[in-house]
Amino acid sequence: MSQPPAADPTHPETPLLAMRGIVKEFPGVRALDGVDLTVRAGEVHCLLGQNGAGKSTLIKVLAGAHGIDAGEVLWEGQPVSFGSPQDAISTGVATIYQELDLVPGLSVADNIHLGHERARAGITRRAEQVSHARELLARLGHEEISPTAEVGSLSAAGQQVVSMARALSHDARVIVMDEPSAVLDPGEVDGLFRVVEDLRADGTAIIYISHRLEEIRRIGDRLTVLKDGRTVAADLDARETPTSELVALMTGRQLSAAYPERRVPPPDTDPILVVDGIRRAGEFTDVSLTVRPGEILGIAGLVGAGRSEIVETIFGARRADAGTVTVDGRPLRNGSVASAVELGIGLCPEERKSQGLVLDDAIYRNISLASLPRFSRWGWSVDRAERREAEQAARSVDVRPLHLDRHVRTLSGGNQQKIVLARWLLQGCRVLLLDEPTRGVDVGARAEIYALVQDLAESGVAVVVVSSDLEEVLGLTHRTLVVADGRVIADEPSDELTAADVLGRILDQHASDSTSTKGDAA
Amino acid sequence: MTTTDSASSSGPSSPGSSTSGQTTAPTTPDAAGSGGLPIGFTRNLGLVIAFVVLCVVGALTAGDRFTSVDNMMTILRLASVLGVVAVGMTFVITGGGIDLSVGAVLALASVWATTTGTQAMADTFGWPAMVFTAMLVGTLCGVVTGVIIAYGKVVAFIATLAMLVSARGLAEILADRKTQIIENRGFLDVFRAEPFGIPVIVVMFAVVAVAGWFLLNRTTFGRRTFAVGGNPEAARLAGIKVQRHTVYLYALAGLCAGIAAVMIMSRTTTGSSTHGTLLELDAIAAVVIGGTLLSGGRGTVGGTIFGVLILTTLTNVFTLNNLSTSAQAVATGVIIVAAVLLQQRVARRSG
Repeated sequence: MSQPPAADPTHPETPLLAMRGIVKEFPGVRALDGVDLTVRAGEVHCLLGQNGAGKSTLIKVLAGAHGIDAGEVLWEGQPVSFGSPQDAISTGVATIYQELDLVPGLSVADNIHLGHERARAGITRRAEQVSHARELLARLGHEEISPTAEVGSLSAAGQQVVSMARALSHDARVIVMDEPSAVLDPGEVDGLFRVVEDLRADGTAIIYISHRLEEIRRIGDRLTVLKDGRTVAADLDARETPTSELVALMTGRQLSAAYPERRVPPPDTDPILVVDGIRRAGEFTDVSLTVRPGEILGIAGLVGAGRSEIVETIFGARRADAGTVTVDGRPLRNGSVASAVELGIGLCPEERKSQGLVLDDAIYRNISLASLPRFSRWGWSVDRAERREAEQAARSVDVRPLHLDRHVRTLSGGNQQKIVLARWLLQGCRVLLLDEPTRGVDVGARAEIYALVQDLAESGVAVVVVSSDLEEVLGLTHRTLVVADGRVIADEPSDELTAADVLGRILDQHASDSTSTKGDAA
Repeated sequence: MTTTDSASSSGPSSPGSSTSGQTTAPTTPDAAGSGGLPIGFTRNLGLVIAFVVLCVVGALTAGDRFTSVDNMMTILRLASVLGVVAVGMTFVITGGGIDLSVGAVLALASVWATTTGTQAMADTFGWPAMVFTAMLVGTLCGVVTGVIIAYGKVVAFIATLAMLVSARGLAEILADRKTQIIENRGFLDVFRAEPFGIPVIVVMFAVVAVAGWFLLNRTTFGRRTFAVGGNPEAARLAGIKVQRHTVYLYALAGLCAGIAAVMIMSRTTTGSSTHGTLLELDAIAAVVIGGTLLSGGRGTVGGTIFGVLILTTLTNVFTLNNLSTSAQAVATGVIIVAAVLLQQRVARRSG
């Protein structure tokens, strides 16, 4: 079922990197089951596939972090083995991981040179490292990041830039980028793409992984589609291949539309969640919003605009400097998550893995986490009821496969998100705050999550959705709040807005901000 | 956890001036980092304050008896053994581990270096034979625990606890539960000397401290220690041999325990299986007071030195004022918590 990639007659030269029939097994799972991938020098090769299709495992194989059970890797036609990360790096493969793989306590320059320090007799040449780091950061268009700053103090986007600088520092011939744009603003994505173009022009091969098709259209040359650990299509044209064909290849079925059609307008009732003038110094000011039962409210804005901070403050995870939050007219105790949960608010946080889940615990225990008092008598937990109800909740969000005892760590991003949703379903919450509900979730599971959110709203839950994906906010919600620099600059029905509209307003806001600050100074 | 926290809170702090995507890198840490000083310098400020306060209290309550040069040397002499062990501990903890065995390893090294056999060897080849034995025994113990932890995947707490028990047991067997007197004149002459009024063991402490600081802050080994403790997976993917590095760290802690054994041998002129009892707890306390994160990834040798000085000076002040060791124990507990709270506050302010 695999075609020998090197025999492609249109490109007679030997590919830089060829992987053939790669198989990788984990206990009980065949993560890769015959993957073929051919990458030529000077191309941007995109890798597409649903979560769980094997992309992450393939990257780890390329990086030497996982050994392979079968198959072969050819480097310029010669068989090589990537037995350890050192092998991969010295051969010429550098990887930018999706999970930020930096050391927070070390400086930017130290992180960039980690593992290949500039040193003489074990003594690091710090000045040289700092100037080299400065060079690399400048090349990425981020001169403002200081090489001596501690990485832990940088924003997520800043850390992503450091990861990229590190990949560049290896002078690698193949650079693997795993969803590099996930934490970047549109402007920063432009910067990233300029770097990718430069690298391509220099003859570096880029393996680019992203869920965002529009990015693949913009910078991709060719693409390979993975499904269930196999290559289902190789060397497609990244710009011309129709989306419907790609989705069909990835999912094995045709998807009509990502967003559900039916949009039941919310009944004209009193709002259940009322947020009045909340403020946090340095994060956001004077944010007011209302959500009625059955309504889906979107919060749109750029990364760093204060979106996550707003929902986390509503949830009580951050303490508001001023303002009130009420549910059904009952005020929340400021800065108390317990009070928020008691009044029926649930939050699916942005960082699912670090903030939302106990990764090494069973599915059913993760689902019941917020409802434990219900499953205990005088402090003793009643396991049977807990399992039964958790199973019901898991079934209603369609976790597949449904093994209640499986550890959450082994699940795909979509399934993990469903488990967080199931937790709040079980808890019976009436206000649901979703922060980036589809980040790292594949197209198929994404549509399921949209449908789930709509079902929840129809059953009378008030939903707030925060997302960087403007199309998602507008497609899914009834009303959209646009946030820029910690302020609400628009609150309008989603039907009447377009993505270009929203982005335009945000940019206008920034422009008027800078003029007004100048005015103040003068 | 702290990473996400600081990342999300620093995000919106960028002024709303740019429409192009500038990252929201905060500028505050540059001030702390760009002066060529180690990142941890400003964090040690709280320790300096605590130490000065303690000295003022000592001077006020005990007067000349505290401020005399003799007393200063007494404090430093007491601080030396603990200090050397704590420097080794700083590396292990910064590298994400813990070593409970250092006190027992010190005892074993002191016993092994003072057996009749070793002392006979020292009579033939000179006193360095004893020093070499102590350092070798310490290092080997460290290598054993390191291998068990890195390759056997045993939790550091358990592996070093096992080493603690068995090293002390072995020391008792070797010494037959007796205190071994050092007869070698050369050893005593060298290590009990006080050139320019400074005891040799204080000089040794200073040398170990400076070497430790250099190793942690200026070498590839040091950078990798932070990486292994801060994010082992990132370290592995960067091509660092994390397991081997872990063994090096415990070997280093063992070596420090061996050096400390030599120092305690010179101070007491004995080798004994009871040397260094509970020393590991003082060392961990000193490291923690010094601002090293128990979870790994952050640590300073300078902070550890201050932690050691604070603990030792506290003991001295209590002794001079004829207060009971029980009261002192309570005060130590309070100081540990106070120091850590102060640390956190200063660290937060400096970004």
